[in-house]
Order: sequence, then C-alpha cells, then structure tokens
Amino acid sequence: MLYVELLAQGLVQGSIYALVAVGLTLVYGLLRILHVAHAGLFTLGGYVGVLVTNATGSLLLALLVAMVTVGIVGMAIYRLCYQPILDKPPYVALIASIGLFIAMEEVYRLVFGPYGISFENPPLQDVVQMFGVTLRLGEVATAAGTLLLVGALAVFSGKTRFGTAWRATVTDPDMAESFGIDIIKVRYLNFFIGSAFAASAGVMVALLNNMVEPTMGSVPSYKALAIIVLGGLGDVRGTLLAALALGVIEAFGTIYLGKFLDRDAIAFAFLILVLMVRPQGLFGRA
Amino acid sequence: MLGLGAYEISVITAMGVAVIFALSLNLITGFCGQISLGHAAFYGIGAYTSALLTKAGLPIGVGLLGAVILAGLVGIIVGFASLRVRHDFLAITTMGVGFLFVGITRQLDFVGGEMGVSGIPDSGLSKAGFMLFVLLFVALTILFSLHLKRSWMGYSFDAIASDEDTARVIGLDVSRYKLAAFAMGTALAGLAGALYAHNVRFIDPESFGFVESITVLAMVVIGGIGSVPGVIFAAALLSILPLWIQFFDEYKLLLYGGLLFAMMRFSPGGMAGLARRIFPSKTRGVKS
Repeated sequence: MLYVELLAQGLVQGSIYALVAVGLTLVYGLLRILHVAHAGLFTLGGYVGVLVTNATGSLLLALLVAMVTVGIVGMAIYRLCYQPILDKPPYVALIASIGLFIAMEEVYRLVFGPYGISFENPPLQDVVQMFGVTLRLGEVATAAGTLLLVGALAVFSGKTRFGTAWRATVTDPDMAESFGIDIIKVRYLNFFIGSAFAASAGVMVALLNNMVEPTMGSVPSYKALAIIVLGGLGDVRGTLLAALALGVIEAFGTIYLGKFLDRDAIAFAFLILVLMVRPQGLFGRA
Repeated sequence: MLGLGAYEISVITAMGVAVIFALSLNLITGFCGQISLGHAAFYGIGAYTSALLTKAGLPIGVGLLGAVILAGLVGIIVGFASLRVRHDFLAITTMGVGFLFVGITRQLDFVGGEMGVSGIPDSGLSKAGFMLFVLLFVALTILFSLHLKRSWMGYSFDAIASDEDTARVIGLDVSRYKLAAFAMGTALAGLAGALYAHNVRFIDPESFGFVESITVLAMVVIGGIGSVPGVIFAAALLSILPLWIQFFDEYKLLLYGGLLFAMMRFSPGGMAGLARRIFPSKTRGVKS
C-alpha cells in the first residue's frame, strides 16, 4: 500500500510541477529564455487566489481571477523586461530574470508580510478514499485540474487556428511570419497562457498547504528549470512527462535515498545523471 | 594597527574574500563564457576542506592547499560536464551541482550535517595579520587575472566565449581551454572559501547555497562580465553595501535583484560597459 500511496503523492506533486513547467517550456520554446521569474508569477497566483477566496468565498472564481491577472502580468513582463533584450546573448535574459525573480519575492515580502497568508475557511479539506489510498479533496482537485488544463491546452493548440499559428511560430518564427502570422501576438498569447498556468499551480499549492509565503516560488523556480531541461527544453509533452516522473522519483527517493540526499538534491542528481547520458534531455531530440 | 579598528579590519577581510571569489567566477563566466549558477559549491568545498583539515590538526597552509586542490579537482569534473552540455543546459547543470553540494553536506554526518562545522581554527595570525594575508591573495589573484587576460590562453578564452564553433574551426582545442578555465576558476573559489572559513570560523551548508551562487554572479555581472576592474569594484561594493547602511539589510535582496535586473536590462556590459560608454577611450575605440 505504501507504493500506491507514494505513487499518488508523487503524481499530485508532479502535476503541480507540470503546471509550472509548461509555462516555462512554452517561453523557452518560443524565445529561448530561461524565465526564472516565472516562479514569481506562480507565487503571485497563490496570493491572488487566497485573497480573492477570502473576499468572495469562491475558490473557482479566485482561480479564474488569479489566472487572468497573472496572465496579464506575464504579458507585461514580456513587454517590459524581455522584449528589449531578446537580441542579447542568452545569459543576459537569464540573469535579468533571476534578478527580477529575487526582486519579486522581496516585493511580496514587503507588501504581504514575511509570514504569509492563508485561507480563512480552507476549501476542499475533506478526505476521500480512492484506489485504496486516502487523499485530501484538494489533492484530487489538483490532479483533476491539471488534467483539465493540460487537456484544454492540447485541444487549443491542436484544433484551433490560433493554436496552429502558435505551433508554427514555435517551430520556425521566420517562416511563420512570412506566412502572415503576427508573431508578436503569438508571444503575448504564449506568455498569457504560460503565466496563467503558473498561477493555477500557485492556487493549488496554496490550497494544499493552506499557506502562501513570499518564498514559495523558490523551490519551483529551480525545480521547474530542471524539469524543462529533462523534458528537452521547449518540448511540452516531454516536460509533462518529466514533471510527473520527477514527482514520483522524489516521492520514492525521499524514502529510500533520504539518508544521503535531500529532496532537491535527488532531483538534481537525477538531472545531472540524465544530462550526462543524454545532453538533449530525456525526451529531447538530438 | 594601520589605524584601523577591529570592525574595519573584518570588513576589509570580508571584502577581500569576496573579490577573490568574484574574480574566480569571472575566469569561467567572464573570460571563457561558460555560465555557472553553482559556483558557491566550490567556495563551499574549499571552506569545508580547509576547515576539516585544520580541525584535524594540520597547519593552515595545508588546509588552503587542500582546499585549492579539491575544489579544482571537482571543478575539472564539472568542467567535463561543460563539454557535454552547452549554454542553457550548462547553466542548469551547474545549478544542479550547487544543490547537490548543499544536499550532500546537509546529510553527511562527518562534515557536520545541518549543524555545519564550528570552532574552525584561526590562522594563528592577528586579525590585522590575517587581513594582510587575505589582501596578499587578493593581489595575487588580481595579477593572475590581468596576466591571464593578456596571455595566449586569455585570447583563446575570449574566442571561445564569443563563438565556440568558430574557435573550434580555427583550430583551438576548445575542450582543453574550457577545462583549464573550470580548473583555475574553481580552485580559486576553493581558496576564497578556505579564507572565508578561517575568517568566520563557522560554516554550514546554507552559507554555500543558491543565494550565494547568485550573489557572486551578481558581482560579476554588475561589475561587467569579463572586466577585472569592474568585477573587483562590484565585489567590494556589494560585499560592504549591506554592512555600511544597516537600513539596507531589510532590502538587501531587493537591491541585489533590482540591480541585477536593471543592469541586464539597460546595460548588459555592467559597470564596465557603463564606464566605457560614458568615457569612451580613444585608443581602444568607442565600441569595444
């Protein structure tokens, strides 16, 4: 039973990683930027989620508001921070992004206080029995929500005209532009969707921990980077698989390797191991 | 001594250590163009090595030497990774090395685990003597950096930093130069770490985490990637700013983050680039 339990926990954790990492890999696929500040948007999503839930009492409304506001903030970050430095060497955007992320965390700390905020009436705390393991409703909602969002993304990018334009731009921006696609619009859309996904993850983590702290983005910030690298940088399907895989590996790893390595170190040991064998990532094409 | 109080002496010592540490990363990231987000790991390896060796009763000279050698050896191993993965992949790999270091030291009992190592022997010199000792190493590191930059190897690093593939085409042994950069940079970081350990006399895994790696990267970037005077200036400035104005402590990270971002956004060449723009040198041309 322990195995099933660990697997379930790993998958719940993995879904959260997936929601954060998808946005990151979308940004990387389109602009070749390692968008560390993405984790700052994840945190912002958590704050908006808790504040709106406390004000209105509706978690669903809070989730929507968080996704839309954070999506817009994401677009603003693209416009104000990344667009002017796109032609610089890659480390420029990376370091700018790290700086932005640190500054964002500090702003949250100064605005919302260092101790974090929580739900007044934490929703979805009931416990359910599923497949022989005990899960909180919040955990089930997290996994289901992730499935729903990722499914919606797959339909959107696969079945709509805008989705086709989006995929075309990721594959070859110049060619896409010559076919009349407005690639600037695609970039905004890209940042909006990616940031909205991060925000949804933020709300879910807030729900699971019943807590939003200024530093809650620190772990996802670097862990999501590890995941998108594992997934092959810019490959959405690979990123999803890598996120789930890492969630499960961490869940088992902390039990069996916890004596030698802590949770973060397990993730990175796995990452380094994979990269040395497959420098293009687990699912990346050579 | 020298009319300095104990406070000034400790500040100058910390500044000196920061300058060595920043210049060591500048060798790898600035000169050779290989980004590292886990440089604090080597600083940590140096600190732990020297701390444990001297605690075992060996003289400080052996401690420093051991720190330099071990950090350099691990650096070469990580350097091999830089041959395998490039650019963004390398950034994440080195970041992983940083987390691995913290994760391992936290769990290993013989290096003190979470509690770290305390009661590290001091240098046997007076406070002022140790400051001069550190400053001597600072001077040596600066001379070494300046010399390296003007040497054949420095020019090769430069070529690799600006375009690796072209460097390979014109016949440079890119792998060997990259390994050399990693070996030298990490060995120097080990030295800085050892000096740090003997200065503060207490170390724990948290002192060498991601924040520390970013801080040293901030020094290099804000100073101006590859510029020796720029990096020295930024390292000295950023290491004393928080001490200088107590008010900053609360906002220290905001300041770091903001500076890092603003520098990249508005002047990717750092302070050195800014200086070049404001005072264009006639002999070297306006645009460098």
